[in-house]
Amino acid sequence: MELFKDINFDFLRWKWWALGLSGLLAVASLASFAVKGLNWGIDFRGGALMMVKWQGEPPVNRIRTVIGETVPGEVSVYEVGDFSSREVAIGTELREERQLNIDRDAMQKALEAHFGQPGSGKLEFNNGSEQDLVERLRDPLQRAGIGKSDQELRALAEALVDFRNSPPRSGLIASFDQLAQVPGVTAGVVEVLKQESYLAPYAIRQVEMVGPKVGAELRKRALLATLYALAGMLVYIAFRFEWIYGVAAVLAVAHDAFLTVGLFSILGKEISLTVIAALLTLVGYSMNDTIVIFDRVRENLRLSRRESLAQVVNRSLNQTFSRTIMTSGLTLLAVLALYFFGGPVLNAFAFALVVGFIIGVYSTVFIAGPVVLAWNERSARRQRPVAPQAPKQPDTARKGQPKVLKS
Amino acid sequence: MQTKLKVRMAVIAAILLLAVYGIIGLPRSAADLRQNLSENIRLGLDLKGGSHLVLQVQVQDAVKSEAEQTIERLKDSLRRAGIDYAAIDRNDSATVEEADTIAVNVKGIPVDKTREFRALVAENFPQWILTPVGAADYRMNMSPSELLALKRDTVQRSIQSISTRIDELGLTEPVVQQYGSSSEDYQILVQLPGVDDPARVKDIMQTTAQLEITEVKDGPYPSREAALSQHGGILPLNTELVKMASRGSPQEEWYLLNRIPVVRGTDVRNARPGQDEFRKWETSFTLSQDGARRFGRFTEANIGNRLAVVLDDQIRSVAVIQSRIDDSGRITGQANEQEASDLALVLRAGALPAGIQFLEERTIGPSLGADSIRQGIVAGLAGLFAVMAIMILYYKGAGVNAVIALVLNTVLLLSVLAYFHAVLTLPGIAGVILSIGMAVDANILIFERIREELRAGKSIPAAVDTGFSKAWVTIVDSNVTTIIACAFLFLFGEGPVRGFAVTLVIGLTANVFTAVYVSRTIFDYLLSRKRQMTSLSI
Repeated sequence: MELFKDINFDFLRWKWWALGLSGLLAVASLASFAVKGLNWGIDFRGGALMMVKWQGEPPVNRIRTVIGETVPGEVSVYEVGDFSSREVAIGTELREERQLNIDRDAMQKALEAHFGQPGSGKLEFNNGSEQDLVERLRDPLQRAGIGKSDQELRALAEALVDFRNSPPRSGLIASFDQLAQVPGVTAGVVEVLKQESYLAPYAIRQVEMVGPKVGAELRKRALLATLYALAGMLVYIAFRFEWIYGVAAVLAVAHDAFLTVGLFSILGKEISLTVIAALLTLVGYSMNDTIVIFDRVRENLRLSRRESLAQVVNRSLNQTFSRTIMTSGLTLLAVLALYFFGGPVLNAFAFALVVGFIIGVYSTVFIAGPVVLAWNERSARRQRPVAPQAPKQPDTARKGQPKVLKS
Repeated sequence: MQTKLKVRMAVIAAILLLAVYGIIGLPRSAADLRQNLSENIRLGLDLKGGSHLVLQVQVQDAVKSEAEQTIERLKDSLRRAGIDYAAIDRNDSATVEEADTIAVNVKGIPVDKTREFRALVAENFPQWILTPVGAADYRMNMSPSELLALKRDTVQRSIQSISTRIDELGLTEPVVQQYGSSSEDYQILVQLPGVDDPARVKDIMQTTAQLEITEVKDGPYPSREAALSQHGGILPLNTELVKMASRGSPQEEWYLLNRIPVVRGTDVRNARPGQDEFRKWETSFTLSQDGARRFGRFTEANIGNRLAVVLDDQIRSVAVIQSRIDDSGRITGQANEQEASDLALVLRAGALPAGIQFLEERTIGPSLGADSIRQGIVAGLAGLFAVMAIMILYYKGAGVNAVIALVLNTVLLLSVLAYFHAVLTLPGIAGVILSIGMAVDANILIFERIREELRAGKSIPAAVDTGFSKAWVTIVDSNVTTIIACAFLFLFGEGPVRGFAVTLVIGLTANVFTAVYVSRTIFDYLLSRKRQMTSLSI
């Protein structure tokens, strides 16, 4: 099967439209930065986040009131994932490091006080650890006549906790009778469990507390990583090609990263550490696309010196178009799989890549080529016409003579 | 040509076998396979659950206590040298950043004693730099190199003490190490796999466990003010006021204690939990030889006087010395067995030289980890199969070739993770999935080129040859840029994100081998089977 056989499409004819569209999107992004700003995740601004899974519909409003009463500052409570995941993210501010432990305990206690039975003297099973269970069950099991050795007790607790944690329960059981399916659990054990523990309707699945110091440090590092990566690529491409190619490629990928961040701002999506990782990957990947085309331009320039640079660029774009679409399409497919099946933790990461890859293909075709062309046309008007120098030997000359376009 | 091809096939087979062995070992049963797999592919905290804590050593505490000791020694030396002074104190600092500003202020040195004073400081306190701030007043700052050494040493000793404490808890593979972009951050990273409620561990880490047994001079008083007024507003030399740890009663108790303890936490040889005659929990300890000798001498000479056990600047108990005590003591008033044994643990492990503050906590419950693994595998397989299906559909025979390369690529990636004991994180799984998408890029570049060359009328072997050689440069160029991005991600990123950078780089490197070397070998094998090939399935 071949979709793009001997196509001959005048990509460069659309360059002004493309620049216009990019300009429009950039302005929209800038406006959004100014008006809405960026929704930095707690990795970067500091703060506390607790992910709590609920049995049944999460009582979002009550949680908000309860947490708001115990922890200072703004509190945000919202459902994450789809309806069936019944998971709630509880976010609070964290202005000072020394609040970190205090706030964490307060949040945990507040949930327990309002949704559990802290006064009952029983162990809460859904949030209990293996060690808690071992200590809690040892004596009562003995009294019930089903005493176990330390090793057996540990194995029992491990089996119980594993059962509770594995999907589809994912940390929450609704009734102790469910535990009867766990190997090694007899009716007697279930009875003891019922006496000694109770089930809260929630399970704390994740806690992230980031102090403002760490947040500021991570923000700095994310920015540096992005800048250094861009600079590193600029140097590499300038070394492998003419420097204007490096500039064009970096412009194209900076454009991709900028617009992707812009979309995050417009949609109000949170920017976390993994989103920055996605942006950097995007930068690398989009660069890769651009290089493939530049490689072709370089090769074609060597072969035909009579064509204008515009014709060469256009022909190169056409020749590589099939590859551009195939590769980007397949990578997009892999990323879409991540977006749809990868779960809530990777959702924003996958979203950044999906958006970025689409913008990346567009910028590779419509931005990088025209920039090189525009530069050459400008310098051609000022000096004499472009006469690209062909290396003496096409294949071996690549290392020794990387520069192809001399103006 | 034939033998060369055979060698290449042997190389590929050997690498494949080595890779598979790296991932699953030599399993004899399904359970074995599972076991080997979980041992070889090590999961990050975000997949198996656990706690990631970053804490900062409050190095200013150590500088402060150094300054205090210097003040004591300086007062002593001045007295002995017969030099008067009005006051000696130190300034305070609340944060780590201000640790360097801690200085000892000496006021009111008689002008005619200036030379003597300077000589005394230069001789006895060489690590301090003396700056005059007036005719009779001076400021003493620690020399920068001393300060740096002290702060570094404080961090190292904290790491040691914390890791001893955590080791005693019997967790599997905990990590305690220095952290942060520079040693000036004074940060420590603690990773506790499998701990989903780190409250107790945090308590154990945070207790500085500064134990002192000190002579009681006077008391108790109902408040600090009452104690001060008893002594006319000024405390006697070398004494301090310390509060009794409250045990639920609102009544405060203050004691006047000797500033210099008889024995310290460093003299403790062993400690263990126990119960007293009323079944109340307590922690008993035994002293080292040296400590026991001092303690014995002191108690013998002070029968009838009182002693206070002070833990972290709070009096835990006060007792009258009945007879000579040699090598043991106890700290009473623990709420339960766990509290008693946790205290015993921190006493055994040794005190922290400075307080610590938590900067970051990330705890992932095992249920979330299990969900993430499942979702990661589903997404990975979905991506892999989708890419494979389209490759075969679009490139037919050559597509099969690419699929073989792709599978080999994934196997190689996992085996490199196994051999280097790299940790697989959730973003790492994303890296694997992404590298599946990116890995086919090299194949596509080559195939598209071969198609072009065939269209241009070249023979099949020539087209394959040109396709590979022309695409090679592009493949290297394009992978290098992504690797550059990943390198910076690794340098500046942390934790799970680093896992992503690592898997992606490994995937891309393996890709150069599979897409070029392996694919080429398969093509050559196909070409070698027929002398005259008339069509290539591509």
